[in-house]
Amino acid sequence: MRSAAQLGLTSCHDCGQVSRAMHHADGFVAHCPRCDAPLHLRKPDSIRRTWCLLIAAMILYIPANVLPVMSVEYFGASEPDTILSGVKVLFATGQPAVAILVLFASITVPMLKMLGLAYLLLSVHFKSLWRPRDRTRLYRMIELVGRWSMLDIFMISILIALVKLDAIATISAGPGATSFAGVVILTMVAASSFDPRLIWDQKGLQR
Amino acid sequence: MHPALPEAHLIACHECDLLQRRAALPPGTRAHCPRCGTVLYRHRRDSLDRTLAWTLASTALFVVANTLPFMSFEMGGRVQQNVIFSGVQELLAQDYLPLAALVFLASMLAPALKIAGLLYVLLPLKFGRRPLQIVPTYKLIRWLGPWSMMEVYMLGVIVAIIKLSSMAEIVLGTAFFAFSALIITTTAASSTFDSALIWGEADLES
Repeated sequence: MRSAAQLGLTSCHDCGQVSRAMHHADGFVAHCPRCDAPLHLRKPDSIRRTWCLLIAAMILYIPANVLPVMSVEYFGASEPDTILSGVKVLFATGQPAVAILVLFASITVPMLKMLGLAYLLLSVHFKSLWRPRDRTRLYRMIELVGRWSMLDIFMISILIALVKLDAIATISAGPGATSFAGVVILTMVAASSFDPRLIWDQKGLQR
Repeated sequence: MHPALPEAHLIACHECDLLQRRAALPPGTRAHCPRCGTVLYRHRRDSLDRTLAWTLASTALFVVANTLPFMSFEMGGRVQQNVIFSGVQELLAQDYLPLAALVFLASMLAPALKIAGLLYVLLPLKFGRRPLQIVPTYKLIRWLGPWSMMEVYMLGVIVAIIKLSSMAEIVLGTAFFAFSALIITTTAASSTFDSALIWGEADLES
């Protein structure tokens, strides 16, 4: 069981083609012989970039949950909704199945995603040898499930387009929605800048 | 494309970097990495014909889904009808430019570019020619992948309908059904597409 990097080979990030990894002292980057993309042994600066994006997402997560994502104006009375209060309303109006779905997509998934990425980064930092296969699986799940958190944003865009009956009922977007969309985008980019091969690069895992 | 490359028969797992020999697969099967379990590559059956068929269907459905009414909302004798683009327009009207751009990208632009890119690559291949800039086009299609979120959008629509169902009457339009079908055809097109088409490796696989 040897990795390509140990044998001086690199696989292209874009097309997967394996070729000789060449190190150039004067900043010249080797290119993939098949698709011409710049070659790297690992995603460049993976750990630092992922941390930066993740911390930015965590900071933005606060306004995303505190500020209203939309407000409903019904016969003149305006009622702002945050992500959490939107879920509560669904529970209160007797829609538990939908409430659980929204709770999962817009609260559980972003939280677990940020905690999961932080855990993966720390495990690489401390050269963990613990269950690399499961950690790779965790990474794959984080990458796959992240986009579903956009559910709330799309729901808001549909609600505001449909409910605009001036005096009777109007729904408008709130500043929390922009922050929330920012969290989802930042965590998506953070997940794609993390290189799962770093999990397997520890000496103890190579035979 | 480069049969002369000495490393052409090798593959490194993209998730754990384990180096292994690339073997020919029977059609319709896939190879997993023995160390981390990731799917390494697949051999899709009749990739060109099937993907082209699903993409042509997607083109027609895309036009229907984006031009006809998506749904209408009736309350107090007033009817509000909308198309998919209405949400983007309303976000713009309320001064949420970044959100409008995001919803536009995820529900319309990324799917449209993916369909157009696939047609651009597959139609000439079907007639035995390699289109110009096939590799950059393929890279664009791959890059757009996660940003095309029609299925997430659909779930947002369903939750919105449930939220509104207590206060008003919702009537689903033709575009709603076309959009649902479009999700199926574009997903099918992605799952029948084989990247060997791009690298001209059909001979290596069979």
